[in-house]
Formats: sequence, structure tokens, C-alpha cells
Amino acid sequence: MTARWLLGRVAGALPVLLGISLVLFLVIHLAPGGPMDVYADNPSVTPAALARIAEAYGLNQPLPVQYGRWLGAMVSGDWGYSIRTGRPVLTEIVERLGPTLLLGGIAMGAAFLLSVALGVVSAARTGAWPDRVIGGFTLAGLSIPVFWLALVLQLVFSVWLGWLPSGGLRTIGVEAASDRLAHIVMPATVLALATTASWSRYIRAGMITVLRQDYIRTARAKGLGETAVLLRHGLRNAIIPAVSIVALDLASVISGAVITEAIFGWPGIGSLFVQSMDGRDYPVLMGVLVMGSAAVILANIAADLAQAMLDPRVRNG
Amino acid sequence: MVDRRVAAGLGILAVITVACVFGPLLSPYRYDEQALDLLGRPLPPSPAHLLGTDELGRDALTRLLYGGRISLAVGLVGALVATAFGTAIGALAGYFGGWTDRLLMRFTDVMLSIPALPLVLVITGLVRPAPPLLVLIIAGLTWTAPARLVRAEVRGLKSRDYIAAAKVLGAGRLRILSRHVIPNTLATIAVAATLAVGSAIMLESALSFLGFGVQPPVPTWGNLLNKAGPWLVSAPWLSLPPGVLIFVTILAVSMVGDGLQRRR
Repeated sequence: MTARWLLGRVAGALPVLLGISLVLFLVIHLAPGGPMDVYADNPSVTPAALARIAEAYGLNQPLPVQYGRWLGAMVSGDWGYSIRTGRPVLTEIVERLGPTLLLGGIAMGAAFLLSVALGVVSAARTGAWPDRVIGGFTLAGLSIPVFWLALVLQLVFSVWLGWLPSGGLRTIGVEAASDRLAHIVMPATVLALATTASWSRYIRAGMITVLRQDYIRTARAKGLGETAVLLRHGLRNAIIPAVSIVALDLASVISGAVITEAIFGWPGIGSLFVQSMDGRDYPVLMGVLVMGSAAVILANIAADLAQAMLDPRVRNG
Repeated sequence: MVDRRVAAGLGILAVITVACVFGPLLSPYRYDEQALDLLGRPLPPSPAHLLGTDELGRDALTRLLYGGRISLAVGLVGALVATAFGTAIGALAGYFGGWTDRLLMRFTDVMLSIPALPLVLVITGLVRPAPPLLVLIIAGLTWTAPARLVRAEVRGLKSRDYIAAAKVLGAGRLRILSRHVIPNTLATIAVAATLAVGSAIMLESALSFLGFGVQPPVPTWGNLLNKAGPWLVSAPWLSLPPGVLIFVTILAVSMVGDGLQRRR
């Protein structure tokens, strides 16, 4: 576990990222239709003007040249300009990063705490009613389509009961923290639900394995209270593998965020992605997807690092 | 004895499948038949239209059951393709080990680390695939779980005595793999396939919900929800049933998968 190891992991991730970007670039550019369609459908745009626009965005160049240019510019920090808004891609993304991190952070934090609690209770009462109730909840949480749950929540809490706003980041002109909170409750719940269900299953399974170990019997034999056995001896060992599960799940969390943000009109990266899809905004799409993939790969490396730090056997061995 | 949850799950699936296969045949309406006098706004449930009509005057129940055929078919076939491919990759990696294993599992890890939904959205949004291509795309994203399960199982089986016996008798590696190893992993493959059906149905409905999956007028549970979205407030009877059916179907599939897994 040295700086050299870390360097090796990051270097190993680069070809993967390059491969992903190449595939995305090909898919996006080889697919029929494109950003020029908007102009092509407009009778007042002459063919000459069309050619000028294509040239301005480099869309008339051969694909390998376009990819090479994009890659070179990307590496030097120039992510191009949004075709939809004309603003720099990097500005568009950075602007949307805040709301996404806020929503994702709250949802993931809540999901982690909740799944630890559910997993521990489940494992401590294997087969008894709390375990069966939690088991039913996790099964339902994994089976419910998030987009439909979002619609139902909107219908019940915004339309019928009128308790919560149906979407957006905040009410315009209102600065109160309670308003921000009211806006985040439903999207965070939707985003956290499936994750909570899946994580609590991992924690339960990990706890059950750990609780069978000899040192747990030793801890009980020396008269330690059940809570201390569960938390200090059980959870501490069961949570180490769970950390990597959390990091590995980031890919599916990003997928969930796209749907959740789109439905609740949350002005984050997910909404930006859907808007860019509709507008065939190639530069923004590439930027968002490459950044998302990089985030997932970095999270995987961070998971290994965290595992090493939490587990002395890996740290020193 | 059959696990109670497996039995319950299979029962629910049977009811839903029978309803979707035969329902549209018994219905007095076709899925794309419009009642022109009802055009304009959705009609609430009534004796003539048990689940109401949509804004084009089409019978919601008929569309729901017809859409179920597409959703179930795409889910089942997608899961079958994914399981077959995942089993092949997992068995090869687990049995041969060494660099074959490292290469295949590295590839699997890379596929797992890609945010699947955004990638599929880009592909389907730009290509607008017909159902066969959609099935391949869904399979392309769900084969990783079966591959990992099968690989772990095969690695365990590899050192069994009967495999050694087959080797001593002079059986080739591919023969051992296909005649001795894979038949003994069928239980694992069944679990993996069941779980894959759930993921495939979920993925298809998410894509169709976002408008990038199966295209209207052919209904699926996902695109029925997509079309019902704007009518959520004024006609909730259009949004609730497709979601309930997706939920119950995936729940039933998970119950079967969970039950099978526990029995082993």
C-alpha cells in the first residue's frame, strides 16, 4: 500500500477511460441524426450557412480527426462548447455539480446509516419477525421501479396532500432552509430506497458470517453486552467489505440519479444529461459521460484504499 | 418441499403471464383501437372500460395486458441471452483460470464500472432500436452478474474428484467443461437467470419510461407510464396500473430467485 501502488492503479484506469470515451464518441457520432438537424429542418437556413455552422463546430471533419481533436482539447482542459446554450461545457457541468452532490450526498449518507441499522438488526434477529419484516422491505425496495415510485410520491404528497413541492431545487424568491429541505425530501427518498435495500442485504450477510466467528463467542463468553458484541466486534468487521460495495454501487447510483433528477426537475448533472440527449448536444454528452465514468473508476480505487486503511491485515500485509 | 416463497412467486408470475397472453384475445378492443367519440381526454374506469381509456380513446386494460406481452418477452429473452453469454464467460474464466480468467474478469469489471443507464440511454436515444436490438442491448448490460456467479461455482467444482476422474479417463477440457462442469452448475445458472429476468424487465421499463425504449403505438409497461405522465394529476388511473404490474412482476421474480438461492 504505497504511493507506487496508487500510481499503478490510476495508470491502469487511464486506458479503460480512453476506451470508454472512444466507444461513446463512435456511438454518438455514428448514430443517425445530429445537432445539425435543428438547423437543417429550418427553411430559412441556407445550405451555405449550414456548412459554415458544421465547420465552426468541426462536424465536417472525418471522425478520427474529430476524436483526436476532442481528446487533445479535453486533456488540456478545453471541453468544448455546448451546442444548445453556446456556453463552455465545463461551466455547464460545474454549475450542475453542486445540486447533484447535495442530493447524492444526502441520499447516500441516509442510505448508508439506514442500511447499517437494518442490516445489524436483521442479522441479530435472523429468522425472527424483525428480520422477516426487514427482508420484505428490502425485497420490495429492490423490486419497485424508481420512476414509478417517484410519480406516486408526487401524486400523493404534492397533488393530493399538498405537503411537499413536486420538483425543483427551491421556491423562487424563498431562501429559507426549510424550503430547501422540503424540496430535497422526495428525490432523496427515491434515490436512497433501492440502495438502502441492497446495502442492508450485504451488511446482513456480512454480519451473519462475522457473528459465527470464534472471537464473537469469546467476546460473549467474557461477559460483554450484546450491543457491544454486535457493534464493536461484529459491525466493525462486517463493515469493511461493505465499504467496497458502496463504492462499486456508485455506477448504479449515477444511473438512478439520472431518472430521479429528470422526474423531480432537480437541476443537476442527471437533468443536464437528459436535456443534452434531447438536444443532441454532443460536447456536453461526452463531457458528462466521461466525467461519470471517471468518477466511478476513481471510486473503485478509493474503495480499495479505504479497505486497506480499515483493515490492518491488508494495510500491513 | 418447494419453498413457499418460490411457489408464491411462480404463482403470481403464472397469473400475470396468462392474463397478458390471453387477455388481449378476450378483450372486445384491440390495443390500438380508438373510440373516436372519446378522443381528447382520458375517461375514468367504467363498466365498458374497466381501467378507463387514454387520451386517444384506447382501452387502458387492453393496452396494459398487451404491453405486458412485450415487457415480459423483452425481459425473458434479454435475460436468456444475458445468462447464456454470462455462463459462457464465467465458465471459461473459472475453469481455465490463469490469464484467461484475468482477462475475462478484467473485462467484466470494466463493464460493471460503466454507469449503465446513461450509456444505454445514449445508444437507444440515438438509434431508437427495434425490440430485437433492445434485447441485445439489455443483455449486453446484464450478463456480468451471471458471469460472476457461474465463475465462482465453476472454480469450486474444478477440484472435485469426478472432474479428476474424467481427466484420468482422457476427456478433453471442453468435454469436461460441457459434460461435467456446466451440468453441475445448473442450479446456480437458474438463480442467475431468474435474477437477470428482474433486471431485464426493470431496464426495459426504465428505458421505455424515459421514451427511449420500445416506441409507441406498441405499448409496454414502461412507455404506458411515459404516456401517462402528463395525465398524472387528472387521470391517475393511467399511471398506477402499469407501475403496479412492473413492481409485482419483479417482486415475484425476486421471490423465486431468493427462494432458490436459499435452498442451495
